[in-house]
Amino acid sequence: MLKVTNSKISLDQLSAYRERCKEEFAQKADQVIILVGLGTCGIAAGGAPVMQAIQDELLVQAEAIKQRALDVVVRSTGCAGMCEAEVMVEVRRPGGHRTMYGQVKPDLAKRIFVEDVVGGNPVEDLIVHREEPGVKPGGVLAKQLRIALDNCGYIDPEVIEHYIARDGYTGLERALSGMSSQEVVEEIKRSGLRGRGGGGFSTGLKWEFTHKAPDEKKYVLCNADEGDPGAFMDRSLLEGDPHAVLEGMIIGAYAVGADEGYIYCRAEYPLAINRLRLAMKQAEEKGLLGENILGTGFSFDLHIKEGAGAFVCGEETALIASIMGARGMPSPRPPFPAQRGLWAKPTNINNVETWANVPRILARGSDWFAGIGTENSKGTKVFALAGRIKKTGLVEIPMGLTLREIVFDIGGGIQYDRPFKAVQIGGPSGGCIPESLLDTVIDYDSLIRAGAMMGSGGMVVVDETTCMVELARYFMKFVQSESCGKCVPCREGTKQMLSIMERIVSGKGEPGDIGLLEELSAVVKEGSLCGLGKTAPNPVLTTLRYFRHEFEAHVEDHRCPSGVCRALMNFFIDPEKCRGCTRCSRICPVGAITGESKKPHSIDADICTKCRLCLEKCRFEAIIV
Amino acid sequence: MNERSFPKINQIIDIWERKVSNLIPILQEVQKEYRYLPEEVLTYVATALGMPLATVFGVATFYAQFSLEPKGKYIVKICDGTACHVRGSEVVDYIIRKKLDLSEGQDTTDDLSFTVERVACIGCCGLAPVITINDQEVYGQLTTEAAEIVVEDLLKRNAAGEVH
Repeated sequence: MLKVTNSKISLDQLSAYRERCKEEFAQKADQVIILVGLGTCGIAAGGAPVMQAIQDELLVQAEAIKQRALDVVVRSTGCAGMCEAEVMVEVRRPGGHRTMYGQVKPDLAKRIFVEDVVGGNPVEDLIVHREEPGVKPGGVLAKQLRIALDNCGYIDPEVIEHYIARDGYTGLERALSGMSSQEVVEEIKRSGLRGRGGGGFSTGLKWEFTHKAPDEKKYVLCNADEGDPGAFMDRSLLEGDPHAVLEGMIIGAYAVGADEGYIYCRAEYPLAINRLRLAMKQAEEKGLLGENILGTGFSFDLHIKEGAGAFVCGEETALIASIMGARGMPSPRPPFPAQRGLWAKPTNINNVETWANVPRILARGSDWFAGIGTENSKGTKVFALAGRIKKTGLVEIPMGLTLREIVFDIGGGIQYDRPFKAVQIGGPSGGCIPESLLDTVIDYDSLIRAGAMMGSGGMVVVDETTCMVELARYFMKFVQSESCGKCVPCREGTKQMLSIMERIVSGKGEPGDIGLLEELSAVVKEGSLCGLGKTAPNPVLTTLRYFRHEFEAHVEDHRCPSGVCRALMNFFIDPEKCRGCTRCSRICPVGAITGESKKPHSIDADICTKCRLCLEKCRFEAIIV
Repeated sequence: MNERSFPKINQIIDIWERKVSNLIPILQEVQKEYRYLPEEVLTYVATALGMPLATVFGVATFYAQFSLEPKGKYIVKICDGTACHVRGSEVVDYIIRKKLDLSEGQDTTDDLSFTVERVACIGCCGLAPVITINDQEVYGQLTTEAAEIVVEDLLKRNAAGEVH
């Protein structure tokens, strides 16, 4: 009855079915499982040819595999979170022996196959991570605690049985086995879970509002419009473990009394949308979604809406407007969506990561969850670690770790061991935290005190090669172009702030510009309706707070201390260092660099467009800015 | 109102049950068909759904995904998320535009073969800087050389008449 069955399961059959899934997918003694990470990042790094190489090798080595009486299984999986190591290939042996290889190319995949899978000798020089049974994982994973990401990179996200075998749909089973909807709401409240999309509002309270709203028709929504530049945990979650999000939403629908829901996903995430569609189909076939779920009489109908590219749609009222086919413009609250949301009905909306935490809380109990984290911030948070850091990727940590631990212990420090400068947290609504505050503890409240915010969890690390003023201009440009235009202070204020920022980075800053920026910031913050406007000045404000000297250097001395702002730079070649290798003159797109081979070159400042290509090319640090 | 009929558009509108709330998916499908949203088609959609053209136009201009200008056969999206930005997406952008002979402010080549767009984060921050081609191929950790190779390959494919 197991794998092939597409018939619906009832509530009392579910746990027996799960046991069968566990048996079926438990690793047999002779089994070697090879997993290839095929999330968007894995594919971008060349995952498909690696997969092909492994499958080819499976045929080539058929005889050797037979001789050793091995059963080799090849599977794809989602993102393991170690982006810099993509393409990742894992060789898993029975009993929990996991060897993970990084930066695998097709020829290296063959080597892994021959030496490790068939030969049993790990390819030491390619190993990025290793787990042995009973040993606490070291390295990147040592300080991490995976709840939301638990299955990402472990299961094949396209096989529902894999999810079920990892105690999937246990939370739903518990909720529907005699718990009243009120009790489910209470359970989430007790867990202390707060919204992972940025605001940090208590999820249980939010549910309670919708639960108490007196209406027959209610909705639950999943906000998968992950627009923060620098954040990609929702994409990885949807690609790597779509059923966790579905299960969370089904439980949420039961708790608040909704029978219909939408997942609003960015159109920029095609793979996530495909995997969600497949997961929904599988869940429907099993009777876990749709009409009469698990035979309990509870029904929940779920749809996907693709976004069309508007950052502001991450704001809940704008997202609701967009689902209804209109321009995604926020509306004043109250009424809150819990009273009057989609189609004017009570609506509960949570973000992807929040939903993914829900089934785990139901399955393991609120006490377990509340035991993790700090006093007011419970559980874990997934961060997308990117920028000038050695180990980029997704990290899930218990609340209460410090920024330093994330950047240096988990992220491995700065690329090329350059000095750390700042970490930008919370995207365009957040701020930059300088080195002096690296020991800030990660939780909702202390990040706000530092001038940033948890946001959705984007964490972009920058070093001395990044100009903070230019970075603030970048965020200003982003919020200016994403402002929906409804509130004048945001629409016009961000435009003026951007034009001042552009003036400053192009060396035309005027005395008084900094004061004007501060004044405008206050107006934009005060006079805007939604989170976008209210937080739009944050990147400029935190930069002013912690990196004021950089601002002043630009405005007063017309100098960019980081050597980034093009208008403030001049490129020339140090004749002492130049060896005349001609690499720079060959790459220069405008022909500004001339010189004979093996003799010092020179740059014609009138022609030079300051594109920095020569700077990147030069092996002798002869190009001076 | 012109007399032209758009059977394909009718089909799309029917699939989405002629509902005003499905305007966004309808426009997305239409754009897949034409590679942009021609003005006369917007008028047609507005009439078919019984809504003001101004509203349809408002939605079409609000979302970044929609274009009222014809786009190229190959759409190169250069991610300008924070991580790509600090890891040099600007240089990649510069190289690609240079290679495709696009002048300042021009996004689509004259022969409608290529469109270059800077887009908000596509969520591959760990592999920054990243570009995508027609939303299907993703190239990460681009160096200037790699960007050049990708474009040269695209030029070759275009010359050979291949679409994807």
